[in-house]
Amino acid sequence: MERYLIGLYKDDEVLLNAVKEIKAQGIAIDNVFTPFPVHGLDEALELRGSRLHTVAFIAGATGTVLALVFMNWTAAINYPYTVGGKPEAAVPAFIPITFEVTVLFAAVAMTLAFLKRNNLFPGARKRIFDRRITDDHFAITFELTDDMTEQEKDHMTLTLKETGAVEVREKDFEEEGDALDED
Amino acid sequence: MQEQFQFSDRAKKICYGLMGAGLLGLLIGILFHYDTPDRIWANLLLNNYYFMGISLIGIFFVAVHTIGFGGWYTIFKRVTESMGAFLPIAGVIMLVITAGAFFHWHGIYHWSHPGVAKHDPIIAGKMPYFQPVFFIGRIVAYFLLWIGLSWMIRKLSLQESDEGEGLNQYKKSKVYSALFLIVFAVTESTISWDLIMSIDTHWYSTLFGWYNFSSYFVGGIAFLILIVIYLKKSGYLQPANDSHIHDLGKFMFAFSVFWAYLWFSQYMLIWYGNIPEETVYYKERFANFSFLFWFNFVVNFMVPFLVLMTRKAKRRMNLLIVVSFILLFGHWLDYYLMIMPGAVGEAAGIGLTEILVAVGFFGAFAFTTLNALTKVPLLATNNPFFKESLQHHT
Repeated sequence: MERYLIGLYKDDEVLLNAVKEIKAQGIAIDNVFTPFPVHGLDEALELRGSRLHTVAFIAGATGTVLALVFMNWTAAINYPYTVGGKPEAAVPAFIPITFEVTVLFAAVAMTLAFLKRNNLFPGARKRIFDRRITDDHFAITFELTDDMTEQEKDHMTLTLKETGAVEVREKDFEEEGDALDED
Repeated sequence: MQEQFQFSDRAKKICYGLMGAGLLGLLIGILFHYDTPDRIWANLLLNNYYFMGISLIGIFFVAVHTIGFGGWYTIFKRVTESMGAFLPIAGVIMLVITAGAFFHWHGIYHWSHPGVAKHDPIIAGKMPYFQPVFFIGRIVAYFLLWIGLSWMIRKLSLQESDEGEGLNQYKKSKVYSALFLIVFAVTESTISWDLIMSIDTHWYSTLFGWYNFSSYFVGGIAFLILIVIYLKKSGYLQPANDSHIHDLGKFMFAFSVFWAYLWFSQYMLIWYGNIPEETVYYKERFANFSFLFWFNFVVNFMVPFLVLMTRKAKRRMNLLIVVSFILLFGHWLDYYLMIMPGAVGEAAGIGLTEILVAVGFFGAFAFTTLNALTKVPLLATNNPFFKESLQHHT
C-alpha cells in the first residue's frame, strides 16, 4: 500500500509560488497535477526536458531506412522492373514515400511513447488523486513513507496550508495501480 | 517603457565599409570582366532580387502576423517594418536592369536578343508577355504597390505609437495587411517569372514562384535573426527572451525544410516527366554546375535540418548567428544557380566581384534597415499585442 499527501489549490499563480516555496524548503514533491499547462512550472519543478523528440528521431530514421531498403528491394532486387524508362532503383521516385513512412513512424512512435510514459494507454490502471484536478483544481502530491514521523507530516500539511492550499488530505493506493475514486 | 535605437558610429563605419567593398567589387568586375558584361549585370540582378525578397519578407512577416492575430513578434515589430526601407532602392536598380534588357546594354535575357523570335516559335509565342511597355509597366506596378502598402503599414504602426491606446490603427492595419498579402501572393510569383524564370526562356516550372518565395523567406528570417540578436547584444530589446529567439529559430528551421520540399518537388516532377523543354534546366546545371548544385542542397537543407533540430540549438544565440550567415550565403547561392547558368553560361564563376558585390548589398541593406530604425521608437508599446509579446513563453 502506498500513501500520498495531496494539497489542492484553486489558482495557478498560487500554485506556482507554492511549488517554489516548497522546493526552497527542501521537501521532495512527487508530482503536480494541473487542468491546463502552467507556464514556468517545468522550470520551478526543475524537470528534465522531454525526451519525446529523441524517440521521434530514432523512429523517423528507422522509417527512412526501412522505406528506402524495402522499395529498393521490391523494385530493383526481388523483381526488377523498368517503369517509364527510369532506372530500376529510381531514388527520386522513392523519396515521397520515404518521407511519408518517416512521418508515420515518428508520429506513431511518439504517440505510443507518450501514452506509455504517462501511463495513459488503454487499460492502464490509473491513480486518481482527485477528480477535480481535470476541472478547476491544482494538486501537489507527496509520497508518505513509513519512516516519516507525525511531526514531519504535520510540517508538510502546515506548509501546504501556508502556501495557499484550499484542502489537504491523505489518500491510500493499492500496490497494483488503484481502484477508482469514491467521492 | 520605451527605447530609441542609436546607430553607433562603429556599426555605421562597418556598413560604409561593406558598401565600399561592394563598389570595389563592381569596379573589379568592370575592369576584369569587361569582355563579359553579362556577368556583372547578372550579378547585380542576383543581389538586387535577393535583397528585394528579404525586404519584402519583413513586410510579409508583419502582415501575416497582423492578419493571424500573432502577438509574440510585437517586441521586434519595428525591425520587420524597417526591413521594407530597402524596397525603393531595389526598385530603382531593378528598373535600370530591365531597361538594360530593352536597350540591349546586356544580354542576360535570351528573349531580349534582337531577332530571336523570328527563328524560334516558342519564344515568338511568349513575346506578347515581353512587350517593353507591358514588362516595364509590370515591374513599376509591383514596386509601387509594395512600397505604397508597406509605407501605409509602417505609418499606421507609427501613428499608433503617437496617439496612444486604442484600436483605430490596429483595425486599419488589418485592412492594409490583407491587401498586401493578396498583392504579394500574386506579384511575388509573377516577378519571379518576369525576372528569373524568363532567363531560361524556353523553360518553365509551375511552382517557381513558391520556390523563390521559400528561398528569400529563409534569407529574410536569417537577416531578421541577425538584427534582433545584434540589437539584443548591444543593449536594446532586453525584454526579448529565449522564447522569442527560439521561435525565430523555429521559423528558420521550418522554412528550410519547406524550401527543400519545393526544391525536390520541382526536380522530381521534371525528372519524372522527362520532357526536353523542362529537363534542359537541369541538364545545364548538372553539366557545368554539378558541385554547386548539390552543395546548394547540403547547405540549405542538411545544415539547418541537422544543426537546428534540437530545442537547445534554437535557443543558443551564437549558434543562430552562425547558421543565419550560412543560410544567407546558401540562399544567395540558390539564386546564383537559378540565374547564372542561363544568363552567363560558361563565363560564370564565383570570383572576387561576386563576393564583394554581395557583401556590398548586405551592407547597404543593413544600413537602410538600421537607419530606418533610428527614426522611430524601437518598441511598439501601444500595439494591443505588446503585453502578450512581453510575456511570450514557449
